[in-house]
Amino acid sequence: MKNEPNSTNFLRWFDPRNRKLGTLAFILNRITALGLTLYLFMHLIVLGTLARGPEAYDSFIKLAKTPAILVGETLVIAAGIIHGLNGIRIALNSFGIGTRHQRLIFIGLMVVAAGCIAIFVKSMFFSH
Amino acid sequence: MNETHWRVTFEIFRQKTGQPCHFDEYVMDVDPDEYVLDVVERIWAYNDRSLTFRHACHHSTCGACGMRVNSVEKLSCITPIREVARNGGKVRVEPLRNFPVLSDLVVDMGAFYLRLDDAKFSQVASLKDACLPFERKQQVREDGSYERLVDCLECGMCISACPVALTTPEYLGPGVLAAAQHAFHQSRDTSLLDLVDDQDGVWRCHSAYECTAVCPSNVDPGWRIMDLRKNILRHQISKIFSRRGQSR
Ligand code: SF4
Ligand code: FES
Repeated sequence: MKNEPNSTNFLRWFDPRNRKLGTLAFILNRITALGLTLYLFMHLIVLGTLARGPEAYDSFIKLAKTPAILVGETLVIAAGIIHGLNGIRIALNSFGIGTRHQRLIFIGLMVVAAGCIAIFVKSMFFSH
Repeated sequence: MNETHWRVTFEIFRQKTGQPCHFDEYVMDVDPDEYVLDVVERIWAYNDRSLTFRHACHHSTCGACGMRVNSVEKLSCITPIREVARNGGKVRVEPLRNFPVLSDLVVDMGAFYLRLDDAKFSQVASLKDACLPFERKQQVREDGSYERLVDCLECGMCISACPVALTTPEYLGPGVLAAAQHAFHQSRDTSLLDLVDDQDGVWRCHSAYECTAVCPSNVDPGWRIMDLRKNILRHQISKIFSRRGQSR
């Protein structure tokens, strides 16, 4: 076992066992950040293919309406909302605001995130 | 087995320098109200004299007995068996994370102590300055003539619990940053802000607050790190304005 700090330990960031809510926030922030970065790259690749002409555009629009892509888009929006709201908690704390109530602030912001995600899911999947 | 007599299996981490690690199991008859350290000592005394671990005061003052008990950082001298096990159950005891293992449960905390020195950690403070600013102050004397030991025991448990310290050996870590905050609070020495205003200082923290959760001594390192950030920002802004004032 490597007991010393080491960059190869990063998988242990994602182990929530015996951790507190703050680590859950940390894990969520990491996962959503990785997801959003991956999305950014995919987005750039897709934009590159669109430049190939009207057929490429049409086939992309067809693909974008498939359920798998809609679920993917929902995950991206959810990641953006969670990451952004958690970022507000961290920024406030860094200015010395609400540090002692960071757990409550996190819970409150995640409730807001859940509400926003639910509204988005409704408009995406159930409003036709 | 009755309420004062439990049988508990202790799984103890073992590793001698350069050798692979393993766990040794010891089935122990314990009183649930005795402390984890008492049983570890008994294992050493009656079962295995080669077991090494650190302790001194036995009453949560020296900070030497920090270990991971069932994966959570604890001062083993004040952790009752009842809190971490049940009759017939198991207790796993491991060394603190994020420090090199010297032998079994003993880790090398040398680098941490040197960093505390860099952060101008002082073991005593006036009564007025010894506690957290939002706590009720104890018997403050106007002349500041009374001092007491500061809260930090230098146990290193905050560094063991910190997820960022897992991956970044250069990170000063919560205990050191808390010491710097305390020293800055006492002295207003801005060189301390320069020390911690670094990617491996306060800006490395990712707000998991595990340090505050495990700290056995009410230091609240998470709060102190955020207070340092605030003071760094304040210091930088005031520097900008004083430069403008001078150039007029
Ligand atoms: S800040 Fe708390 S956990 Fe960290 S070394 Fe000091 S007493 Fe131990
Ligand atoms: S032995 Fe001193 S704090 Fe536990």
